[in-house]
Amino acid sequence: MGQGAAPFLELQGVTKRYPNGTLALSDISLAVAEGEFVAIVGASGCGKSTILRHVAGLIAPSAGRIRWSAPPAAGGIGMVFQEPTLMPWARIQDNVRLPLDLAKVPRAEADARVSALLAQVGLADFAQAYPRELSGGMKMRASIARALVTRPRLLLMDEPFAALDEITRQKLNDDLLALWRDQRFTAMFVTHSVYEGVYLAGRAIVMAPRPGRIHADLALDLPYPRDEALRTDARYATACRQVSHALAEAMRAEGAAA
Amino acid sequence: MTALRRLAPLILGVIFLLGWEGTVRLLAIPAFVLPPPSAVVVALLADPQTLGLSLWFTLTVTLQAFALAVAGGVALAILFTRSPLLASALYPYAVILQVTPVMAIAPIVLVWVGYERVDLAQLILAWIVAFFPILGNTTLGLRSADAGLRDLFRLYGASKWQVLWRLELPSALPYLLAGMKISGGLALIGTVVAEFVAGSGTGQGLAWRIVDASNRLNTPRMFAALSLLSLLGIAIFALLSLIQRLALRRWHDSEAGRP
Repeated sequence: MGQGAAPFLELQGVTKRYPNGTLALSDISLAVAEGEFVAIVGASGCGKSTILRHVAGLIAPSAGRIRWSAPPAAGGIGMVFQEPTLMPWARIQDNVRLPLDLAKVPRAEADARVSALLAQVGLADFAQAYPRELSGGMKMRASIARALVTRPRLLLMDEPFAALDEITRQKLNDDLLALWRDQRFTAMFVTHSVYEGVYLAGRAIVMAPRPGRIHADLALDLPYPRDEALRTDARYATACRQVSHALAEAMRAEGAAA
Repeated sequence: MTALRRLAPLILGVIFLLGWEGTVRLLAIPAFVLPPPSAVVVALLADPQTLGLSLWFTLTVTLQAFALAVAGGVALAILFTRSPLLASALYPYAVILQVTPVMAIAPIVLVWVGYERVDLAQLILAWIVAFFPILGNTTLGLRSADAGLRDLFRLYGASKWQVLWRLELPSALPYLLAGMKISGGLALIGTVVAEFVAGSGTGQGLAWRIVDASNRLNTPRMFAALSLLSLLGIAIFALLSLIQRLALRRWHDSEAGRP
Protein backbone atom coordinates (compact mmCIF):
# COMPACT_ATOMS: atom_id res chain seq x y z
CA MET A 1 0.00 0.00 0.00
CA GLY A 2 1.05 3.60 -0.18
CA GLN A 3 3.35 4.53 -3.08
CA GLY A 4 0.80 7.15 -4.15
CA ALA A 5 -1.70 4.70 -5.68
CA ALA A 6 -5.24 5.03 -4.30
CA PRO A 7 -6.08 2.13 -1.97
CA PHE A 8 -8.67 -0.40 -3.11
CA LEU A 9 -11.01 0.80 -0.39
CA GLU A 10 -10.72 3.58 2.13
CA LEU A 11 -12.94 4.59 5.03
CA GLN A 12 -12.37 8.23 5.85
CA GLY A 13 -13.58 9.38 9.25
CA VAL A 14 -16.66 7.17 9.11
CA THR A 15 -18.97 7.93 12.02
CA LYS A 16 -22.35 6.37 12.67
CA ARG A 17 -24.85 7.81 15.12
CA TYR A 18 -28.24 6.15 15.33
CA PRO A 19 -31.42 8.23 15.67
CA ASN A 20 -31.66 7.23 19.35
CA GLY A 21 -28.31 8.95 19.96
CA THR A 22 -26.14 5.84 20.22
CA LEU A 23 -22.72 6.43 18.72
CA ALA A 24 -21.93 3.11 17.02
CA LEU A 25 -18.79 4.14 15.15
CA SER A 26 -16.51 7.05 15.88
CA ASP A 27 -14.14 8.41 13.24
CA ILE A 28 -13.10 5.17 11.55
CA SER A 29 -10.27 5.66 9.07
CA LEU A 30 -8.99 2.56 7.39
CA ALA A 31 -7.38 1.82 4.03
CA VAL A 32 -7.49 -1.66 2.55
CA ALA A 33 -5.21 -2.70 -0.32
CA GLU A 34 -6.35 -4.87 -3.21
CA GLY A 35 -5.99 -8.58 -2.39
CA GLU A 36 -5.41 -7.98 1.30
CA PHE A 37 -6.92 -10.23 4.01
CA VAL A 38 -7.91 -8.00 6.91
CA ALA A 39 -9.27 -9.30 10.20
CA ILE A 40 -11.38 -6.96 12.34
CA VAL A 41 -11.12 -8.18 15.91
CA GLY A 42 -13.06 -6.97 18.91
CA ALA A 43 -15.59 -7.78 21.60
CA SER A 44 -19.33 -7.82 20.98
CA GLY A 45 -20.88 -4.41 20.45
CA CYS A 46 -17.75 -2.59 19.31
CA GLY A 47 -19.10 -1.90 15.82
CA LYS A 48 -17.23 -4.58 13.84
CA SER A 49 -20.34 -5.62 11.94
CA THR A 50 -21.37 -2.00 11.48
CA ILE A 51 -18.13 -1.36 9.57
CA LEU A 52 -18.94 -4.22 7.21
CA ARG A 53 -22.49 -2.99 6.72
CA HIS A 54 -21.13 0.43 5.75
CA VAL A 55 -18.68 -1.09 3.28
CA ALA A 56 -21.49 -3.25 1.82
CA GLY A 57 -23.58 -0.12 1.35
CA LEU A 58 -26.38 -1.49 3.54
CA ILE A 59 -26.18 1.59 5.79
CA ALA A 60 -24.87 5.07 5.19
CA PRO A 61 -22.44 6.86 7.53
CA SER A 62 -23.64 9.86 9.56
CA ALA A 63 -20.33 11.54 8.79
CA GLY A 64 -17.24 10.65 6.79
CA ARG A 65 -17.16 8.67 3.57
CA ILE A 66 -16.05 5.51 1.88
CA ARG A 67 -13.85 5.80 -1.21
CA TRP A 68 -13.11 3.11 -3.74
CA SER A 69 -10.30 2.93 -6.31
CA ALA A 70 -13.10 1.79 -8.63
CA PRO A 71 -16.69 1.71 -7.37
CA PRO A 72 -17.91 -1.89 -7.09
CA ALA A 73 -20.32 -3.06 -9.79
CA ALA A 74 -23.43 -5.07 -8.89
CA GLY A 75 -22.19 -8.35 -7.47
CA GLY A 76 -18.76 -6.81 -6.87
CA ILE A 77 -19.16 -7.37 -3.14
CA GLY A 78 -19.94 -10.74 -1.61
CA MET A 79 -21.12 -11.06 1.97
CA VAL A 80 -21.29 -13.91 4.45
CA PHE A 81 -23.39 -13.29 7.53
CA GLN A 82 -23.25 -14.77 11.02
CA GLU A 83 -26.13 -17.05 10.05
CA PRO A 84 -25.99 -19.02 6.78
CA THR A 85 -28.98 -16.90 5.65
CA LEU A 86 -30.14 -19.40 3.04
CA MET A 87 -33.65 -19.45 1.61
CA PRO A 88 -35.18 -22.53 3.29
CA TRP A 89 -37.60 -23.15 0.40
CA ALA A 90 -34.84 -23.32 -2.23
CA ARG A 91 -32.40 -26.13 -2.99
CA ILE A 92 -28.70 -25.47 -2.34
CA GLN A 93 -27.95 -24.92 -6.04
CA ASP A 94 -30.82 -22.41 -6.28
CA ASN A 95 -29.61 -20.61 -3.17
CA VAL A 96 -26.09 -20.33 -4.57
CA ARG A 97 -27.44 -19.17 -7.95
CA LEU A 98 -29.54 -16.39 -6.37
CA PRO A 99 -27.06 -13.50 -6.96
CA LEU A 100 -26.77 -14.52 -10.63
CA ASP A 101 -30.56 -14.84 -10.96
CA LEU A 102 -31.02 -11.37 -9.49
CA ALA A 103 -28.52 -10.04 -12.03
CA LYS A 104 -30.40 -11.95 -14.79
CA VAL A 105 -27.34 -13.95 -15.82
CA PRO A 106 -28.37 -16.52 -18.48
CA ARG A 107 -29.38 -19.80 -16.83
CA ALA A 108 -26.85 -22.06 -18.57
CA GLU A 109 -23.90 -19.84 -17.66
CA ALA A 110 -25.20 -19.42 -14.10
CA ASP A 111 -25.65 -23.17 -13.64
CA ALA A 112 -22.11 -23.85 -14.85
CA ARG A 113 -20.67 -21.37 -12.36
CA VAL A 114 -22.80 -22.74 -9.53
CA SER A 115 -21.73 -26.33 -10.06
CA ALA A 116 -18.07 -25.37 -10.36
CA LEU A 117 -18.24 -23.44 -7.11
CA LEU A 118 -20.23 -26.13 -5.28
CA ALA A 119 -17.52 -28.61 -6.24
CA GLN A 120 -14.88 -26.22 -4.94
CA VAL A 121 -16.54 -25.89 -1.51
CA GLY A 122 -17.21 -29.64 -1.35
CA LEU A 123 -20.98 -29.51 -1.77
CA ALA A 124 -21.29 -31.07 -5.25
CA ASP A 125 -23.30 -33.97 -3.85
CA PHE A 126 -25.71 -31.66 -2.04
CA ALA A 127 -26.75 -29.39 -4.92
CA GLN A 128 -30.28 -30.81 -4.81
CA ALA A 129 -30.61 -30.76 -1.01
CA TYR A 130 -32.61 -28.25 0.98
CA PRO A 131 -30.79 -26.17 3.63
CA ARG A 132 -32.53 -27.93 6.54
CA GLU A 133 -31.00 -31.22 5.39
CA LEU A 134 -27.45 -29.86 5.81
CA SER A 135 -25.21 -29.50 8.87
CA GLY A 136 -24.23 -26.06 10.16
CA GLY A 137 -20.80 -26.25 8.52
CA MET A 138 -22.25 -27.30 5.18
CA LYS A 139 -24.80 -24.48 5.27
CA MET A 140 -21.94 -22.05 5.85
CA ARG A 141 -20.09 -23.53 2.86
CA ALA A 142 -23.17 -22.93 0.74
CA SER A 143 -23.32 -19.37 2.05
CA ILE A 144 -19.66 -18.81 1.08
CA ALA A 145 -20.28 -20.33 -2.35
CA ARG A 146 -23.19 -17.95 -2.86
CA ALA A 147 -21.03 -14.97 -1.83
CA LEU A 148 -18.34 -15.97 -4.34
CA VAL A 149 -20.59 -16.90 -7.25
CA THR A 150 -20.49 -13.39 -8.72
CA ARG A 151 -16.66 -13.47 -8.57
CA PRO A 152 -16.60 -10.45 -6.24
CA ARG A 153 -13.52 -8.30 -5.80
CA LEU A 154 -14.34 -7.94 -2.09
CA LEU A 155 -15.63 -10.57 0.31
CA LEU A 156 -17.12 -9.36 3.60
CA MET A 157 -17.49 -11.93 6.37
CA ASP A 158 -19.29 -11.19 9.61
CA GLU A 159 -18.26 -13.80 12.22
CA PRO A 160 -19.24 -16.52 9.76
CA PHE A 161 -17.91 -19.44 11.79
CA ALA A 162 -18.79 -18.28 15.31
CA ALA A 163 -21.60 -20.83 15.70
CA LEU A 164 -19.57 -23.83 14.49
CA ASP A 165 -17.61 -26.39 16.48
CA GLU A 166 -13.82 -26.01 16.65
CA ILE A 167 -12.96 -28.79 14.19
CA THR A 168 -15.42 -27.62 11.53
CA ARG A 169 -14.27 -24.09 12.07
CA GLN A 170 -10.59 -24.88 11.48
CA LYS A 171 -11.44 -26.85 8.36
CA LEU A 172 -13.47 -23.93 7.02
CA ASN A 173 -10.64 -21.52 7.84
CA ASP A 174 -8.27 -23.59 5.70
CA ASP A 175 -10.81 -23.86 2.89
CA LEU A 176 -11.42 -20.13 3.01
CA LEU A 177 -7.69 -19.42 2.69
CA ALA A 178 -7.54 -21.77 -0.30
CA LEU A 179 -10.44 -19.94 -1.96
CA TRP A 180 -8.79 -16.60 -1.25
CA ARG A 181 -5.53 -17.76 -2.83
CA ASP A 182 -7.38 -19.17 -5.79
CA GLN A 183 -9.79 -16.31 -6.51
CA ARG A 184 -7.67 -13.39 -5.30
CA PHE A 185 -10.45 -11.34 -3.79
CA THR A 186 -9.91 -8.79 -1.04
CA ALA A 187 -11.22 -10.06 2.29
CA MET A 188 -12.54 -8.31 5.39
CA PHE A 189 -13.22 -10.81 8.14
CA VAL A 190 -14.92 -9.85 11.39
CA THR A 191 -14.28 -12.11 14.36
CA HIS A 192 -14.16 -12.02 18.14
CA SER A 193 -11.53 -14.77 18.11
CA VAL A 194 -7.95 -13.52 18.16
CA TYR A 195 -6.69 -16.98 17.14
CA GLU A 196 -8.96 -17.15 14.13
CA GLY A 197 -8.13 -13.61 13.04
CA VAL A 198 -4.37 -14.18 13.28
CA TYR A 199 -4.59 -17.55 11.50
CA LEU A 200 -6.37 -16.02 8.52
CA ALA A 201 -5.31 -12.45 8.07
CA GLY A 202 -2.27 -10.48 7.02
CA ARG A 203 -3.40 -7.62 9.18
CA ALA A 204 -5.51 -7.25 12.32
CA ILE A 205 -7.64 -4.20 13.10
CA VAL A 206 -8.34 -4.20 16.84
CA MET A 207 -11.52 -2.39 17.82
CA ALA A 208 -12.41 -0.67 21.09
CA PRO A 209 -16.05 -0.50 22.20
CA ARG A 210 -18.52 2.28 23.04
CA PRO A 211 -18.13 4.12 20.80
CA GLY A 212 -16.71 1.69 18.23
CA ARG A 213 -13.29 2.88 17.13
CA ILE A 214 -9.98 1.50 15.90
CA HIS A 215 -7.58 0.89 18.75
CA ALA A 216 -4.71 -0.75 16.86
CA ASP A 217 -3.78 -1.71 13.32
CA LEU A 218 -1.27 -4.57 13.42
CA ALA A 219 0.59 -6.21 10.53
CA LEU A 220 0.78 -10.00 10.92
CA ASP A 221 3.99 -11.08 9.24
CA LEU A 222 3.21 -14.76 9.00
CA PRO A 223 3.88 -16.44 5.66
CA TYR A 224 1.19 -17.76 3.34
CA PRO A 225 0.15 -20.41 2.49
CA ARG A 226 -0.82 -21.29 6.01
CA ASP A 227 -1.86 -24.64 7.39
CA GLU A 228 -2.22 -26.54 10.66
CA ALA A 229 1.55 -26.35 11.23
CA LEU A 230 1.18 -22.63 11.81
CA ARG A 231 -0.86 -23.23 14.96
CA THR A 232 2.19 -24.61 16.74
CA ASP A 233 4.60 -22.07 15.21
CA ALA A 234 6.26 -19.72 17.70
CA ARG A 235 5.61 -16.74 15.41
CA TYR A 236 1.88 -17.54 15.48
CA ALA A 237 1.95 -17.58 19.28
CA THR A 238 3.78 -14.25 19.34
CA ALA A 239 1.30 -12.64 16.94
CA CYS A 240 -1.66 -13.95 18.95
CA ARG A 241 -0.13 -12.56 22.14
CA GLN A 242 0.41 -9.19 20.46
CA VAL A 243 -3.21 -8.98 19.24
CA SER A 244 -4.59 -10.25 22.56
CA HIS A 245 -2.58 -7.61 24.37
CA ALA A 246 -3.96 -4.86 22.09
CA LEU A 247 -7.49 -6.20 22.62
CA ALA A 248 -7.08 -6.14 26.40
CA GLU A 249 -5.82 -2.56 26.15
CA ALA A 250 -8.80 -1.65 23.97
CA MET A 251 -11.22 -3.02 26.57
CA ARG A 252 -9.48 -1.01 29.32
CA ALA A 253 -9.64 2.10 27.14
CA GLU A 254 -13.44 1.84 27.22
CA GLY A 255 -13.67 3.47 30.65
CA ALA A 256 -11.27 6.27 29.62
CA ALA A 257 -13.25 7.11 26.46
CA ALA A 258 -16.64 7.03 28.19
CA MET B 1 -49.68 -48.94 18.03
CA THR B 2 -49.59 -46.43 15.17
CA ALA B 3 -52.17 -48.53 13.29
CA LEU B 4 -54.42 -48.46 16.35
CA ARG B 5 -53.98 -44.71 16.68
CA ARG B 6 -54.93 -44.21 13.06
CA LEU B 7 -57.96 -46.44 13.38
CA ALA B 8 -59.06 -45.04 16.74
CA PRO B 9 -61.32 -42.25 15.36
CA LEU B 10 -62.95 -44.72 12.96
CA ILE B 11 -63.60 -47.27 15.69
CA LEU B 12 -65.04 -44.59 17.94
CA GLY B 13 -67.30 -43.43 15.09
CA VAL B 14 -68.65 -46.92 14.49
CA ILE B 15 -69.31 -47.43 18.22
CA PHE B 16 -71.10 -44.08 18.35
CA LEU B 17 -73.31 -44.87 15.33
CA LEU B 18 -74.17 -48.33 16.68
CA GLY B 19 -74.99 -46.85 20.09
CA TRP B 20 -77.15 -44.22 18.43
CA GLU B 21 -78.99 -46.79 16.33
CA GLY B 22 -79.49 -49.08 19.33
CA THR B 23 -80.68 -46.33 21.67
CA VAL B 24 -83.22 -44.98 19.18
CA ARG B 25 -84.65 -48.45 18.56
CA LEU B 26 -84.60 -49.47 22.22
CA LEU B 27 -86.37 -46.34 23.46
CA ALA B 28 -88.61 -46.20 20.37
CA ILE B 29 -87.77 -42.53 19.78
CA PRO B 30 -89.90 -41.13 16.91
CA ALA B 31 -87.92 -40.49 13.71
CA PHE B 32 -89.01 -36.81 13.54
CA VAL B 33 -87.26 -36.24 16.90
CA LEU B 34 -84.13 -38.30 16.30
CA PRO B 35 -83.89 -40.62 13.33
CA PRO B 36 -81.54 -43.61 13.59
CA PRO B 37 -78.48 -43.55 11.29
CA SER B 38 -80.08 -46.22 9.12
CA ALA B 39 -83.04 -43.89 8.43
CA VAL B 40 -80.62 -41.11 7.48
CA VAL B 41 -78.94 -43.44 4.97
CA VAL B 42 -82.37 -44.38 3.61
CA ALA B 43 -83.27 -40.69 3.24
CA LEU B 44 -79.97 -40.08 1.51
CA LEU B 45 -80.55 -42.89 -0.97
CA ALA B 46 -84.23 -42.06 -1.47
CA ASP B 47 -83.47 -38.86 -3.37
CA PRO B 48 -79.84 -38.89 -4.42
CA GLN B 49 -80.39 -36.59 -7.39
CA THR B 50 -81.80 -33.58 -5.52
CA LEU B 51 -79.33 -33.89 -2.68
CA GLY B 52 -76.48 -34.48 -5.11
CA LEU B 53 -77.36 -31.35 -7.07
CA SER B 54 -77.60 -29.36 -3.84
CA LEU B 55 -74.21 -30.68 -2.78
CA TRP B 56 -72.76 -29.66 -6.14
CA PHE B 57 -74.36 -26.21 -5.86
CA THR B 58 -73.04 -25.61 -2.33
CA LEU B 59 -69.63 -26.88 -3.37
CA THR B 60 -69.30 -24.55 -6.37
CA VAL B 61 -70.46 -21.45 -4.50
CA THR B 62 -68.08 -22.25 -1.61
CA LEU B 63 -65.11 -22.82 -3.91
CA GLN B 64 -65.82 -19.66 -5.92
CA ALA B 65 -66.00 -17.57 -2.76
CA PHE B 66 -62.88 -19.26 -1.42
CA ALA B 67 -60.91 -18.63 -4.62
CA LEU B 68 -61.98 -14.97 -4.64
CA ALA B 69 -61.06 -14.66 -0.95
CA VAL B 70 -57.58 -16.07 -1.58
CA ALA B 71 -57.00 -13.85 -4.61
CA GLY B 72 -58.37 -10.73 -2.90
CA GLY B 73 -56.66 -11.42 0.43
CA VAL B 74 -53.24 -11.99 -1.12
CA ALA B 75 -53.57 -8.97 -3.43
CA LEU B 76 -54.62 -6.69 -0.57
CA ALA B 77 -51.88 -8.07 1.70
CA ILE B 78 -49.31 -7.20 -0.99
CA LEU B 79 -50.77 -3.69 -1.25
CA PHE B 80 -50.78 -3.35 2.56
CA THR B 81 -47.11 -4.23 2.80
CA ARG B 82 -46.20 -1.81 -0.04
CA SER B 83 -48.13 1.13 1.41
CA PRO B 84 -48.28 1.60 5.19
CA LEU B 85 -50.67 4.53 4.59
CA LEU B 86 -53.14 2.36 2.72
CA ALA B 87 -52.75 -0.34 5.36
CA SER B 88 -53.55 1.96 8.28
CA ALA B 89 -56.46 3.50 6.34
CA LEU B 90 -58.10 0.22 5.35
CA TYR B 91 -57.18 -2.16 8.13
CA PRO B 92 -59.78 -0.99 10.68
CA TYR B 93 -62.55 -1.53 8.13
CA ALA B 94 -61.28 -4.98 7.32
CA VAL B 95 -61.45 -5.72 11.06
CA ILE B 96 -65.01 -4.32 11.31
CA LEU B 97 -66.04 -6.56 8.43
CA GLN B 98 -64.47 -9.49 10.23
CA VAL B 99 -65.83 -8.99 13.75
CA THR B 100 -69.41 -8.18 12.69
CA PRO B 101 -71.26 -11.53 12.86
CA VAL B 102 -71.99 -12.76 9.36
CA MET B 103 -75.50 -13.78 10.47
CA ALA B 104 -76.23 -10.12 11.13
CA ILE B 105 -74.94 -8.91 7.76
CA ALA B 106 -76.75 -11.60 5.81
CA PRO B 107 -80.26 -10.01 5.77
CA ILE B 108 -78.82 -6.70 4.57
CA VAL B 109 -76.87 -8.34 1.77
CA LEU B 110 -79.99 -10.28 0.78
CA VAL B 111 -82.02 -7.08 0.58
CA TRP B 112 -79.38 -5.54 -1.65
CA VAL B 113 -78.91 -8.41 -4.08
CA GLY B 114 -82.59 -9.43 -4.00
CA TYR B 115 -84.15 -12.69 -2.86
CA GLU B 116 -84.09 -14.00 -6.40
CA ARG B 117 -80.27 -13.94 -6.29
CA VAL B 118 -79.54 -15.98 -3.16
CA ASP B 119 -76.50 -17.47 -4.89
CA LEU B 120 -74.96 -14.02 -5.21
CA ALA B 121 -75.64 -13.27 -1.55
CA GLN B 122 -73.99 -16.59 -0.68
CA LEU B 123 -70.94 -15.67 -2.71
CA ILE B 124 -70.64 -12.25 -1.05
CA LEU B 125 -71.15 -13.50 2.51
CA ALA B 126 -68.82 -16.46 2.08
CA TRP B 127 -66.20 -14.13 0.65
CA ILE B 128 -66.55 -11.73 3.58
CA VAL B 129 -65.87 -14.40 6.21
CA ALA B 130 -63.21 -16.25 4.21
CA PHE B 131 -61.27 -13.17 3.22
CA PHE B 132 -59.89 -11.97 6.54
CA PRO B 133 -57.74 -14.97 7.56
CA ILE B 134 -56.08 -14.80 4.15
CA LEU B 135 -55.42 -11.06 4.45
CA GLY B 136 -54.17 -11.27 8.04
CA ASN B 137 -51.97 -14.32 7.58
CA THR B 138 -50.47 -13.22 4.28
CA THR B 139 -49.68 -9.75 5.63
CA LEU B 140 -47.92 -11.35 8.60
CA GLY B 141 -46.09 -13.75 6.30
CA LEU B 142 -44.88 -11.06 3.89
CA ARG B 143 -43.53 -9.09 6.84
CA SER B 144 -41.79 -12.07 8.40
CA ALA B 145 -39.22 -12.48 5.62
CA ASP B 146 -35.78 -12.99 7.18
CA ALA B 147 -33.92 -9.71 7.81
CA GLY B 148 -30.58 -11.22 6.74
CA LEU B 149 -32.08 -12.30 3.43
CA ARG B 150 -33.52 -8.81 2.97
CA ASP B 151 -29.98 -7.43 3.40
CA LEU B 152 -28.69 -9.96 0.90
CA PHE B 153 -31.27 -8.93 -1.70
CA ARG B 154 -30.36 -5.28 -1.14
CA LEU B 155 -26.64 -6.05 -1.47
CA TYR B 156 -27.30 -7.47 -4.95
CA GLY B 157 -29.51 -4.56 -5.92
CA ALA B 158 -32.68 -6.66 -6.23
CA SER B 159 -35.74 -4.86 -7.58
CA LYS B 160 -38.91 -4.57 -5.48
CA TRP B 161 -40.52 -7.10 -7.77
CA GLN B 162 -37.64 -9.55 -7.23
CA VAL B 163 -37.88 -9.09 -3.46
CA LEU B 164 -41.63 -9.74 -3.56
CA TRP B 165 -41.47 -12.71 -5.88
CA ARG B 166 -38.32 -14.44 -4.68
CA LEU B 167 -38.28 -13.54 -0.98
CA GLU B 168 -41.54 -12.23 0.47
CA LEU B 169 -44.06 -14.50 -1.22
CA PRO B 170 -42.14 -17.73 -0.48
CA SER B 171 -41.71 -16.54 3.13
CA ALA B 172 -45.47 -15.92 3.33
CA LEU B 173 -46.44 -19.31 1.89
CA PRO B 174 -46.65 -21.25 5.20
CA TYR B 175 -48.77 -18.44 6.67
CA LEU B 176 -50.99 -18.27 3.59
CA LEU B 177 -51.58 -22.03 3.64
CA ALA B 178 -52.51 -21.92 7.33
CA GLY B 179 -54.92 -19.08 6.56
CA MET B 180 -56.43 -21.06 3.68
CA LYS B 181 -57.23 -23.96 6.00
CA ILE B 182 -59.25 -21.61 8.21
CA SER B 183 -60.84 -19.79 5.27
CA GLY B 184 -61.99 -22.97 3.54
CA GLY B 185 -64.22 -23.86 6.49
CA LEU B 186 -65.41 -20.28 6.91
CA ALA B 187 -66.40 -20.04 3.23
CA LEU B 188 -68.69 -23.04 3.73
CA ILE B 189 -70.23 -21.39 6.80
CA GLY B 190 -70.86 -18.18 4.83
CA THR B 191 -72.52 -20.12 2.02
CA VAL B 192 -74.81 -21.94 4.46
CA VAL B 193 -75.69 -18.84 6.48
CA ALA B 194 -76.89 -16.92 3.43
CA GLU B 195 -79.27 -19.69 2.46
CA PHE B 196 -80.61 -20.08 5.98
CA VAL B 197 -81.32 -16.39 6.26
CA ALA B 198 -82.98 -16.31 2.84
CA GLY B 199 -85.30 -19.03 4.15
CA SER B 200 -86.99 -19.45 0.81
CA GLY B 201 -86.61 -17.95 -2.62
CA THR B 202 -84.11 -19.38 -5.05
CA GLY B 203 -81.88 -21.30 -2.67
CA GLN B 204 -80.74 -24.60 -4.10
CA GLY B 205 -77.93 -25.64 -1.80
CA LEU B 206 -77.77 -28.11 1.04
CA ALA B 207 -78.73 -25.47 3.61
CA TRP B 208 -81.98 -24.91 1.77
CA ARG B 209 -82.60 -28.68 1.79
CA ILE B 210 -82.28 -28.59 5.59
CA VAL B 211 -84.69 -25.64 5.89
CA ASP B 212 -87.10 -27.28 3.46
CA ALA B 213 -86.99 -30.65 5.23
CA SER B 214 -87.42 -28.92 8.57
CA ASN B 215 -90.58 -27.20 7.33
CA ARG B 216 -91.95 -30.63 6.41
CA LEU B 217 -90.73 -32.18 9.69
CA ASN B 218 -88.72 -34.63 7.59
CA THR B 219 -85.96 -35.02 10.16
CA PRO B 220 -84.13 -37.94 8.46
CA ARG B 221 -83.73 -35.77 5.35
CA MET B 222 -82.43 -32.91 7.50
CA PHE B 223 -79.78 -35.26 8.86
CA ALA B 224 -79.00 -36.50 5.36
CA ALA B 225 -78.33 -32.98 4.10
CA LEU B 226 -76.42 -32.16 7.27
CA SER B 227 -74.16 -35.17 6.87
CA LEU B 228 -73.40 -34.12 3.29
CA LEU B 229 -72.49 -30.64 4.55
CA SER B 230 -70.16 -32.18 7.12
CA LEU B 231 -68.57 -34.39 4.48
CA LEU B 232 -68.05 -31.34 2.27
CA GLY B 233 -66.38 -29.46 5.13
CA ILE B 234 -64.15 -32.44 5.88
CA ALA B 235 -63.21 -32.79 2.20
CA ILE B 236 -62.26 -29.11 1.95
CA PHE B 237 -60.14 -29.33 5.10
CA ALA B 238 -58.47 -32.57 3.98
CA LEU B 239 -57.67 -31.18 0.54
CA LEU B 240 -56.14 -28.00 1.96
CA SER B 241 -54.14 -30.03 4.51
CA LEU B 242 -52.80 -32.13 1.66
CA ILE B 243 -51.81 -29.04 -0.34
CA GLN B 244 -50.10 -27.60 2.75
CA ARG B 245 -48.23 -30.84 3.27
CA LEU B 246 -47.06 -31.16 -0.33
CA ALA B 247 -45.97 -27.54 -0.54
CA LEU B 248 -44.01 -27.46 2.72
CA ARG B 249 -42.77 -30.94 3.49
CA ARG B 250 -39.31 -30.49 1.98
CA TRP B 251 -38.36 -27.26 3.67
CA HIS B 252 -40.66 -26.00 6.44
CA ASP B 253 -40.32 -27.22 10.01
CA SER B 254 -44.10 -27.44 10.44
CA GLU B 255 -44.37 -30.25 7.89
CA ALA B 256 -40.84 -31.59 7.37
CA GLY B 257 -39.93 -34.75 9.22
CA ARG B 258 -43.54 -35.70 10.01
CA PRO B 259 -44.40 -39.35 9.49
